Amino acid sequence: MTVARDIPTSRSRARRVRGRPLLYTSYAQDMALLDTTAKRAWTFVLVVLAFSLAAILQDRSLEVLAGAYVMAIGAIGLNIVSGYAGQISLGHAFFVAIGAYTAAALSGPVDGRTIGFGLAEIWIWLPAAGVVAAVFGVIVAPLAARLRGLYLAVVTLGLVFLGEHVFKEWKSLTGGPGVGREAAVPELFGIRLNEDGPLGTGEQTMYVLTLALLIVFALAARNLARSRIGRAFAAIRDRDIAAEVMGVPLTRYKVLAFGISSFYAGCAGALLYSITGYVEPGSFSLLLSVQFIAMVLIGGVATVSGSIMGALFIVLIQPLTRSLPALLPVISSDTTVTPNVYQVETVLYGLLIILFLVFEPRGLFGIWIRARTYWKSWPFSY
Amino acid sequence: MKGLLETLVRGLGNGSVYALLALGFVIIYKATRVISFAQPALMLAGAVAVSYLVEVTGFWLAVPLAALMIALLALGIERVCIRPMVGRPVFVVAIITLGVDVVVRVVVNAFIGRDVRQMGDPWGFDQVSLGPLVVQQRWLAMFGVTAVLVALLFAFFRYTRYGLAMRAAAYDQETALAQGVSVGAVFAMSWALAGFLAAIAGMFVGTGQGVEQTSWIIALKALPAIILGGLDSLGGAVVGGLTIGIVESLFQSYQGEYAPWLGQNFAVVSPYVVMLLVLLVRPYGLFGTREVERV
Repeated sequence: MTVARDIPTSRSRARRVRGRPLLYTSYAQDMALLDTTAKRAWTFVLVVLAFSLAAILQDRSLEVLAGAYVMAIGAIGLNIVSGYAGQISLGHAFFVAIGAYTAAALSGPVDGRTIGFGLAEIWIWLPAAGVVAAVFGVIVAPLAARLRGLYLAVVTLGLVFLGEHVFKEWKSLTGGPGVGREAAVPELFGIRLNEDGPLGTGEQTMYVLTLALLIVFALAARNLARSRIGRAFAAIRDRDIAAEVMGVPLTRYKVLAFGISSFYAGCAGALLYSITGYVEPGSFSLLLSVQFIAMVLIGGVATVSGSIMGALFIVLIQPLTRSLPALLPVISSDTTVTPNVYQVETVLYGLLIILFLVFEPRGLFGIWIRARTYWKSWPFSY
Repeated sequence: MKGLLETLVRGLGNGSVYALLALGFVIIYKATRVISFAQPALMLAGAVAVSYLVEVTGFWLAVPLAALMIALLALGIERVCIRPMVGRPVFVVAIITLGVDVVVRVVVNAFIGRDVRQMGDPWGFDQVSLGPLVVQQRWLAMFGVTAVLVALLFAFFRYTRYGLAMRAAAYDQETALAQGVSVGAVFAMSWALAGFLAAIAGMFVGTGQGVEQTSWIIALKALPAIILGGLDSLGGAVVGGLTIGIVESLFQSYQGEYAPWLGQNFAVVSPYVVMLLVLLVRPYGLFGTREVERV
């Protein structure tokens, strides 16, 4: 039997019809990441622009942006477990901490004050940080398989407190509260990446490195989301019992979701503190988890580009609020005076979470979609 | 033996504070199916309100006044942030309460400042002897006041029109609505009650040692308590709160001696360990109703 030529099978690589950007003739086209020429062109421009910022911006701004990119990797991780798979996790800070300390311990000096193995090569400690965090994620996941909804949220909250306690007490690993230890040393084939070298200043190399890693992690997440696994996650999120009835093994996919999410968190933790070079056990508190949740919610739930936008938004608020005292003399930069920048910053996190959830549940991504639809249907936009 | 009994009394005292907070969580959960993460902020606000009012009105008038103030604050939060979200997924509402908590706490922290604020309570660290036992008065005050409040609360739910309305709305919102119960009023009342209880708990947290910016962490220990008792059981909240208090007190007294490898201050996180263990065995807590789902 022959297949009619105008009905493409799933295997055929049907060609795009010229001048009909919205006409898909195969499933592969429908699922393509960059399905229109405009998207391809603009993504290319955006990536080139992001890389060229390394040569344009000052080192201080590059450091902030590199931090934002790393936070974006962590936010994508939280989005996989909470956005795509619908398992609410308040424990993201715990997995970030595990990644940070695994990397710091592997790359630390052998005879130092804290545990160290002297393996400073980034291709050793970065995957290791991710894998160790993922192992912890898999250990926690069976609890998640038994619990649903807010019960899970409370348990993961408990995880943050237990983790904080362990990290504060385990002084040979973490240096103890208030003291801390040196973070992972980013070294690639013997070249220190966070110091000025043949490739440019330390900030420039770290910026390019984090940007490249963010692109890799984001692409991986996008591909995961449109695969069999991603569809299983979405089915569990929308109705877990229905998903199980349709043949999605709940426990296996919940474990997978936690594992992958923790891998992202671990890598983010390892990189985050290698930029600043110092890690203190008090920083992995509930506030860090709330920050990640804010990024996911403000950016857009279950979207990768939303997570990146959210992370950039949250991290870039900081330099903005820091410049407030110059504009509004009421707000002080001194922490002992009441309306100070840190208070404004924390209030902004909270208010932004509330405002976005009430008025724009799809987040920045939703705003972007709305703006795009407006101009696409112009002049007939209502 | 004497030491053990004194430890237990301390545990019951702290546990009754957790029970008050846990009751607030459960009341809101039963009415709206949401865990309110704003309870820590309300507790802290209550304690700070007492510490300011006590200079004007004296302690015994300051406590009910502060509790009413916080109940009003909770009403306002419910009206502005929670009511527009009716019908949206519970996770979204829970995260909104998390945002509310962050905002309210920053404002309250500004009132606390760097120092420790005293409650001006009559108990302080004073001790009293019960037969051979020597215990602090404040543990007894906490336990006594909580017992009275819990009795009043259960009577309220059992014997008054509003209590009946709240029970009806918790059982089945739509049917209650059809019978003329104002579900909106029930939501408001549940938040006000939770705020009231949180303020009293905050005052007790501040007795003796006073409140500081980090005191809010204590309120989160009510979360293990409600998980232990079951999210939708009022009795479970009381039992869970007392159990968590006693467990924590036991760890405080004996862990340094018998299990020093767990590290200093392990008692602070012991409630969470208990919670994890209980959840492994009984995912719906000790008294919670098992969810039955149809697809």
